[in-house]
Amino acid sequence: MTTQELIPTCSVDIFDFHGGIHPEEHKTDSNQQPIRVLGLPPKLILPLKQHIGAASKLHVEVGQKVLKGQKLADADGPFSVALHAPTSGEVVAIDDQLIAHPSGQTDCCITLIPDGEDKWCELHPCEDFHQLSTSQIQAKVSEAGIAGMGGAGFPTAIKIAPPNLATIDTLILNAAECEPYITSDDRLLQERASEVVEGLEILIKVLGVHQCLIGIEDNKPEAILALQKALAGKDIQLCVVPTKYPSGGEKQLIKLLTNKEVPSGRIPADIGIVCQNVATVAAIYRAVRFGEPLISRITTLTGEQIAERGNVEVLLGTPIDWMLKQVNYQSAKVQRLIMGGPMMGFTLLHSEVPVVKTTNCILAPSPKELPLSPPAQACIRCGLCADACPAELLPQQLYWFSRAEEYEKAEHHNLFDCIECGACSYVCPSSIPLVQYYRHSKGKIKQQRENHRKSDQARERFEARQRRLEQEQAEKAAKRKERAEAAAKAQAAKLAQAEQQAEMNLDSASKAVVQEASDRSQTKQALADEALDLDTLKSAWEKAQAKLDKMFDALDDAKANNSEQVDKLTRAVEKNQMRVNQAKMAWQKAQKAQQIQSVSVTEAQEQDEPDIEALTLAVEKAEAKLIKMEDALAQAADEQKERLTRAVEKNKLRVEQAKQVLEDAKASLAKSQGANEAQSTIAEAEKPDLNALTLVLEKAQAKLIKMEDALAQAADEQKEKLTRAVEKNKVRVEAAKQALEEAQEQLNIDISDQSKGGKS
Amino acid sequence: MVSIILTAVVALLGLAMVFGILLGFAAVRFKVEGNPIVDQIDSLLPQTQCGQCGHPGCRPYAEGIAAGEEINKCPPGGEETIHALADLLDVEAPALDAEHGVEKPKTVAVIREDECIGCTKCIQACPIDAILGSAKHMHTVIASECTGCDLCVEPCPVDCIDMVPVDNGLAAWNWDAPKPLNIIATDSASYHGAESV
Amino acid sequence: MSEYLLILVSTILVNNFVLVQFLGLCPFMGVSNKLETAMGMGLATTFVLTLSSLCSYLAFNYLLQPLGLEYLQTITFILVIAFVVQFTEMVVRKTSPVLYRVLGIFLPLITTNCAVLGVALLNIKKQNGFMESILYGFGAAVGFSMVLILFSAMRERIAVADVPIPFKGSAIGMITAGLMSLAFMGFTGLVNI
Repeated sequence: MTTQELIPTCSVDIFDFHGGIHPEEHKTDSNQQPIRVLGLPPKLILPLKQHIGAASKLHVEVGQKVLKGQKLADADGPFSVALHAPTSGEVVAIDDQLIAHPSGQTDCCITLIPDGEDKWCELHPCEDFHQLSTSQIQAKVSEAGIAGMGGAGFPTAIKIAPPNLATIDTLILNAAECEPYITSDDRLLQERASEVVEGLEILIKVLGVHQCLIGIEDNKPEAILALQKALAGKDIQLCVVPTKYPSGGEKQLIKLLTNKEVPSGRIPADIGIVCQNVATVAAIYRAVRFGEPLISRITTLTGEQIAERGNVEVLLGTPIDWMLKQVNYQSAKVQRLIMGGPMMGFTLLHSEVPVVKTTNCILAPSPKELPLSPPAQACIRCGLCADACPAELLPQQLYWFSRAEEYEKAEHHNLFDCIECGACSYVCPSSIPLVQYYRHSKGKIKQQRENHRKSDQARERFEARQRRLEQEQAEKAAKRKERAEAAAKAQAAKLAQAEQQAEMNLDSASKAVVQEASDRSQTKQALADEALDLDTLKSAWEKAQAKLDKMFDALDDAKANNSEQVDKLTRAVEKNQMRVNQAKMAWQKAQKAQQIQSVSVTEAQEQDEPDIEALTLAVEKAEAKLIKMEDALAQAADEQKERLTRAVEKNKLRVEQAKQVLEDAKASLAKSQGANEAQSTIAEAEKPDLNALTLVLEKAQAKLIKMEDALAQAADEQKEKLTRAVEKNKVRVEAAKQALEEAQEQLNIDISDQSKGGKS
Repeated sequence: MVSIILTAVVALLGLAMVFGILLGFAAVRFKVEGNPIVDQIDSLLPQTQCGQCGHPGCRPYAEGIAAGEEINKCPPGGEETIHALADLLDVEAPALDAEHGVEKPKTVAVIREDECIGCTKCIQACPIDAILGSAKHMHTVIASECTGCDLCVEPCPVDCIDMVPVDNGLAAWNWDAPKPLNIIATDSASYHGAESV
Repeated sequence: MSEYLLILVSTILVNNFVLVQFLGLCPFMGVSNKLETAMGMGLATTFVLTLSSLCSYLAFNYLLQPLGLEYLQTITFILVIAFVVQFTEMVVRKTSPVLYRVLGIFLPLITTNCAVLGVALLNIKKQNGFMESILYGFGAAVGFSMVLILFSAMRERIAVADVPIPFKGSAIGMITAGLMSLAFMGFTGLVNI
């Protein structure tokens, strides 16, 4: 080519990077035609996330009319960019729409219907950027919502304001555009080189760099010429690099132009270099000079299925199928649409997805032009991939580890330095989809890291909770101890007082009284606990005594009337007397063992009580909730009725269940009581139940009264509902009453059993 | 004769004694406090603290594993955790023990807030304090902290807690693994099919 | 000096204990699944072998021989080896708990590693002197560690490669070991000792 001779010599040494390939370029398919401006599409779909980082934060609502360039969504945090309306119109929807993503999934998008007026909002142009301060320019770029337009979509505002701004000494304009087919940057430079150069000058000012390099491949002679013209008299060096894929990779271009390598896991800014894409720099220029936000971009439409191949300037959000229609696109039988180039692009699963900030090319190849790769075969360990790898990795090793899911080892072999350029897959004679393996492994490793992060977080929280619980426990224990100590002190003080008094009253009689008092105070607690027990025993004894007396009477009668029955009766009387004695003895024993027993009995009670008490409580709670719900029902508006009714029904069911459980518990308790020999425990255990039931009854009655009141006050329309509720409650009260009666009966039976037991 | 046997016995005994003393000294010198491997095992467990393994938390299970327990009792961790543990301990990775539950997709607890009665029972049940609320007030789950352990579902008296599968949408999306190659003819199913016919 | 060098070359390559003399095959197959484990095992075995050949030399020459108890050599050596292994186990447990857990049963089993006893007995049979004994043990251990590490590196690669199902696991390991052994046979005649 004669144009080769036109290429100027570069004052900067050009180095080389490892590997690389030379795929067919297909650049001339599309770089001969000038950029066309496509008109307004019928609708624009604007995804909230067109960049790396957090999705933008919505700024508009459905139905709102917006002007061209008006902000639709704000940057959500520093690692995010804003989004603007590409034309004036109306926001008709904010919902999930298909987006250009390899997964073919949906994401939140703003749908805008253009009104055709294309009316700009107020812009703030700036004739001379030298008058602006660095931070003003950075703010302008940030406001314009610019994200890296080369394909990655990194927020540009962050890139031009690195934390180590002072150490940045080189700015590189990445105009290599090494990927086959794509010519959007090429065409942009040919037509608007001056804009790009001015954008570069803005960046030089912002970053305060001494050196500015433009890296461009030697297969774009027209663009080089245009740049040369624009660069005349400027301190920017044009470096023409030999065509080799992937020289446009950020790290590769840096190596080519400066011979520096970006360390693994770091960014170019760490070695004092900032790299910007051509389209991004042009967008920065427009943002600073005219105040225009990023609302359109230049996209290459190419591939044999497109008749009018070339570059077009389209609004962001333009549906791709509409765009293709404008350039006479013929769908092939087995059509593949690729966003990005053939090496690093991805196949679009749907053609109605919109153009976004990173869409630099839509490739519609014919099946013959870009056939699907043949089925993969065994790795023959030829090592071509290692030769081709521009990141100097061992693709074959990475392949084995990825395939065997040995992610840790893959990571150890620097999987994350892979730039997914596809050179290894391109050269693989067995057509193994290597890059797909790496992408999958990377995703898996990220997932694992995320899981690990989450589990660490959970562990931390768990341990914090454990500590908190322990502390609470310790505090409680300390408090209890304190209280016990205080009580003991008070007791001691009392005793001391009593003793003092005793000493003062030397009178022996009064001494005895004091003694009695102290005794009483000591046994008071025990007595209270034991009182019922003793009463029962005493009543049993008394009953037995009464019976015995009766028998004595009967015996006397019998003696007088019939001598035959006398023997029998005498024996019966003797037996009975024995029983009475036993009962008496039992009572006395119980009385004796008062103090000791009181403790154990209390414990036994405590063990028995919670069960029934808890159940009763549950019933109470459920009932209370039911009542509450019924109240709410009565007051509720019609629209809530249904939901509440359901809730009430659910609750009723739960009440029924709870009741059932309570009944069961009662039954089983009664049974166990029947079998129980220890008389004292029976009476005691039954008591709380009875109390609880009485309580329930009382509560229910109170509620009923409340309800009746409410009924009286209620309006006519609510009357019916409330009446029903009241009736229901009445039934419940009846049931509770019955339950109480039953329990009382049960108790009576138990007591009579006990007395019988005492007799027999 | 007797003296020969005696010398032999004494010589061996003496040797054993010397070694015994040395070993005793070494045992004191190289005493190991605790079991440092527990930390490493614990860091591989998913920390749901769900108790499905039969231990009251992840760390006790890690201690159990260090003491020789099976490594396949953790359903929330699933195959991935088993593989990681097998890798650390250099043992064969067994299949998940179904006795302790099956591997389920990741879930988070969600409280149906209009039904919540504010009983605080779920708050007490949550091992990582991921539920907010106070008595008589509506509770809610901090979704980003929830590990999906399920422990709050059981105590809820009004059954208003649902376990909802996690859907991170595009953020959780990953490239598909390429189709596995089947390049050894004798290993393919079709080969065996053909043989049997 | 060259004599010592020859001993090393002989034990490491020509008369490699594992691949030529077929001693100590159990750990060779057992702990060669992972490279790190194999390295740990190699280190532990080196330590044990060197120390036990030293101890057994001392025990034989200063205890058994003066007392005329040469017939007790086997039992004495076992005692010596058991002691050294126990000692090593304690050290490993203290310094590397993971290696301790990973080596598992193979660590105490060094006691019954035939290579260890073999070295002690061969030292007596060859009437090696003090330095020779130590070097002989050390060389044997280095040879053992070397083939163990080589083998485990190969096994790591084989584990992720396409191996027909019937050959997976130990089967392909055995075949690999056989090929390695064939290769080491090539050193025969390099030195004669």
